[in-house]
Amino acid sequence: MNVAHQAFGSSPEIPLSMQGPAPTSVVVGFGFWLFLLSDIIIFAALFAAYAVLSGETAGGPNGTELFDKGHVLLETACLLASSFTCGLGSLAVQRRDMQWTFVWMAATFILGAAFLTFEASEFSAMLTAGAAPSRSAFLSAFFTLVGTHGLHVTIGLFWLLVMMVQIMTLGFRPMVRRRLFCFSLFWHALDIVWIGVFTIVYLGAS
Amino acid sequence: MLGKLTWAAIPFDQPIVMIASGTVGLAIVGLLGLITVKGWWPYLWREWITSVDHKRIGVMYVLLALVMLVRGFADAIMMRSQLALAAGGAQGFLPPEHYNQIFSAHGTIMIFFVAMPFVVGLMNFALPLQLGVRDVAFPVLNSVSFWLTAAGVLLVNMSLVVGEFARTGWLAYPPLSEIAYSPGVGVDYYLWSLQISGLGTLLSGINLTTTILKLRAPGMGYTRMPIFCWTALASNLLIVAAFPILTATFAMLLLDRYLDFHFFTNDAGGNPMMYINLIWAWGHPEVYILILPAFGVFSEVVATFSGKPLFGYRSMVLATMVICVLSFMVWLHHFFTMGAGANVNAFFGIMTMIIAVPTGVKVFNWLFTLYGGRIRFTVPVYWALGFMVTFVIGGMTGVLMAIPPADFVLHNSLFLVAHFHNVAIGGVVFGVLAGYTYWFPKAFGFTLDERLGKAIFWCWFIGFYLAFMPLYVLGLMGATRRMQHYPEMGWQPLMLVALAGAVLIFFGIALTVVQLVVSIRTRDQRRDLTGDPWNGRTLEWSIPSPPPPWNFGLLPQVEGTDVYWAMKQVSSGTRSNAAGDAYQPIHMPRNNPTGFFVAFFAVILGFALIWHIWWMAIAGLLGEVTVGLVQAWRTNGEIEISAEEIAMAEKALVAREVAA
Amino acid sequence: MNDHYDAQGEAPGISEHSGGGPRSYLIGAGFATILTLASFWASSTQLIYGPGVPILLGVLAIAQMGVHLVFFLHISSAPDQTNNFLALAFGIFVVGLVVFGSMIIMANLNHAMMPMDRLMQMQR
Repeated sequence: MNVAHQAFGSSPEIPLSMQGPAPTSVVVGFGFWLFLLSDIIIFAALFAAYAVLSGETAGGPNGTELFDKGHVLLETACLLASSFTCGLGSLAVQRRDMQWTFVWMAATFILGAAFLTFEASEFSAMLTAGAAPSRSAFLSAFFTLVGTHGLHVTIGLFWLLVMMVQIMTLGFRPMVRRRLFCFSLFWHALDIVWIGVFTIVYLGAS
Repeated sequence: MLGKLTWAAIPFDQPIVMIASGTVGLAIVGLLGLITVKGWWPYLWREWITSVDHKRIGVMYVLLALVMLVRGFADAIMMRSQLALAAGGAQGFLPPEHYNQIFSAHGTIMIFFVAMPFVVGLMNFALPLQLGVRDVAFPVLNSVSFWLTAAGVLLVNMSLVVGEFARTGWLAYPPLSEIAYSPGVGVDYYLWSLQISGLGTLLSGINLTTTILKLRAPGMGYTRMPIFCWTALASNLLIVAAFPILTATFAMLLLDRYLDFHFFTNDAGGNPMMYINLIWAWGHPEVYILILPAFGVFSEVVATFSGKPLFGYRSMVLATMVICVLSFMVWLHHFFTMGAGANVNAFFGIMTMIIAVPTGVKVFNWLFTLYGGRIRFTVPVYWALGFMVTFVIGGMTGVLMAIPPADFVLHNSLFLVAHFHNVAIGGVVFGVLAGYTYWFPKAFGFTLDERLGKAIFWCWFIGFYLAFMPLYVLGLMGATRRMQHYPEMGWQPLMLVALAGAVLIFFGIALTVVQLVVSIRTRDQRRDLTGDPWNGRTLEWSIPSPPPPWNFGLLPQVEGTDVYWAMKQVSSGTRSNAAGDAYQPIHMPRNNPTGFFVAFFAVILGFALIWHIWWMAIAGLLGEVTVGLVQAWRTNGEIEISAEEIAMAEKALVAREVAA
Repeated sequence: MNDHYDAQGEAPGISEHSGGGPRSYLIGAGFATILTLASFWASSTQLIYGPGVPILLGVLAIAQMGVHLVFFLHISSAPDQTNNFLALAFGIFVVGLVVFGSMIIMANLNHAMMPMDRLMQMQR
């Protein structure tokens, strides 16, 4: 039978939902957005566990004794700044500006690494003081929640390094730009999760 | 050097296990040998293992599910036999440690490695075809998802031969699943194989949701999608939202077991009830993940074989999305008896009763579709009618237990077991078998043998009632679930009836294998040469069977629901591009071994973590990173098919139809 | 302007089509900094009624998350953002249920059930 066909594309009268398959950049971006939402739900479960278990110190140390707000403010500043530099890096990618992309992404990497360094020092101080995750349910929940966020940051930094090498070897082709785009979504989402962490875990402990 | 792994891990002293593993092992070796001798490896590698075609991946999922159905059912028949024997003082033939592993494996396999793959496989196969597009959003990721599921299957099956399985039931509640009370590797096998396959499922959920929301044929707005696509959307949204909870909860249990954390332990402030709360926050959406696509299959089947559009399209869509949202608001009904108190129980009891309403809307819509239609009683319609009766009964017993005081009597009794098998078999199994029969000709170019199909239906239908109606009675009489023997002699006759039902279902499964063999042997008698064996209504029937790799030479322009039916009303005769629209070159994704290698290293990683072989775990992890980096630098991921090649292929297919 | 929209809407975050320079990032970073400092101040000051502090912290956190979503991720109610917005809404719904649902349920359970260590003692 006659099957009507039409070359598809944007047209003002046709609703967005009827314009046929979306371009690859939209498909990839939305798919990664869904992945981020699923990641946030993992954090939700960890937050729920923390909320329920934060009082279970089993006679061991609690948050007020362990947390240093100045230290946390420093970590927060690093991460927020890295989100900002990442945004500027995304703009440089849009302009296909190799040099400024590297500048801003290097800044993002350094700030992210600084965050991790501060966090690692906090964890090791707690461990040497005997406040290990095996001590109590509260500490298990704390280390898991904050540690999972830190693990995501670590993976993000590794991903950023790989992306830098990809730009150097493959240039700003569409595939590389899509992945950089996904990285920036990931990085901003990690900062959003951190807002929850510092509010509920650190500021909430007092 | 090899962690906890020693020769003692192989259960030489358990004859049943050794015979079973030996038989399966020989079968696998035989199969691999046959493939090698016949020289089929290049074909298999090129056409199936490295395929990123959603149709091939869908077929592999369904095949995996059918094979695991046999394994899961073997567990079932062992349990039924044990219970038929172990009345009064008798102990049956399965000691408790063994029986506990069997019921745990039965539940785990049936939910995660039969129902999920079957449902995901059907969605994989049918969605792009119904949406009028060429593939899912992320074809390589699709392959990764399938192979991760296969990796989970491999690990679970390895537990039979090397080590043991969990003895905790299919959800592994702590404190029993904690290291103090389950020091063996069983729970670790359970946890790692489900984390690996769970990742595959989550990625699949992301893939299919993106496909439905971002990849549809031109003109196909949301209200012009087939209902199966709507139920698939709801199911995949639930996967994206619920599976992370499972991942996080299992991760917490793993941390307890491996690193002495105290999330769910008895001491140091741990709270086992938190595990139950979180696991059911996943667990309830999970059952809707399974049933919604089955509902979608029935919507398609009922409309097609009544020769009428589905009654109440909009109310079906609304009911589906309401179920999607409400499925997140009922999870406490799985642990009414855990002591949350009357207020909390009341809220969740009422929500559970409310969620039955949209399902009722759907049932009425199916009935109204059938009413006044010219019904053709094909095998899929048999499954649909059987489903309507059976699922409604199961749903009603569910609403009965939604009343907390009633649930206090019936929780964890055989009544509960009967209820969930009622909805799982009557709903999910009947649905996937209907979908299997319905879409088989599209995948392979010939229909399945109809008479055998009906025989399979009757075996399952009668077998189900024989096997599970006695369990309702037994539950009301006080029989609990997961018991290896029981004191009441009066229960034994009902257990024997249940065994008879299981045997009947066994014949149903055996006939499924026979049906496949016979249908292949006699396929020339039932060739589908038009691509439309059922006089269908939706787009998948407008292309040849099996479809070309690109599905649609030209993407169809959609103007309403039941697109293909509308096209057929406008013109009859052969399909052709009589309008003379020019074909454009199509870019299709190339074959890709990433999925296979991701799974390969996942098995190594999983096995190593289970047995505490740390160097092997690191090797597995490095392997995964390497595979990822290789894929990241792959720049030749697409192949271009020229317009001439498409035109020639389409012409050849038309010619074949005309000749028919 | 409809003719700039891609089929099926836009992905979150910037893309080839969204113009503009660093303005939204500067504004976002600015607001986020203010909100962060406000949170830290609120948690240690004596000037605010004690029981109200958690609520204030919650409000500030949600506001800052909103700042990130709008200024860094460009989520809005524009027609080409509908999918992203609905997906986010669904995600927030599930997060809320999991976190607050768990807290309510576990609080009720802990109230009604004997603590685990006392239960264990009974078994000895």
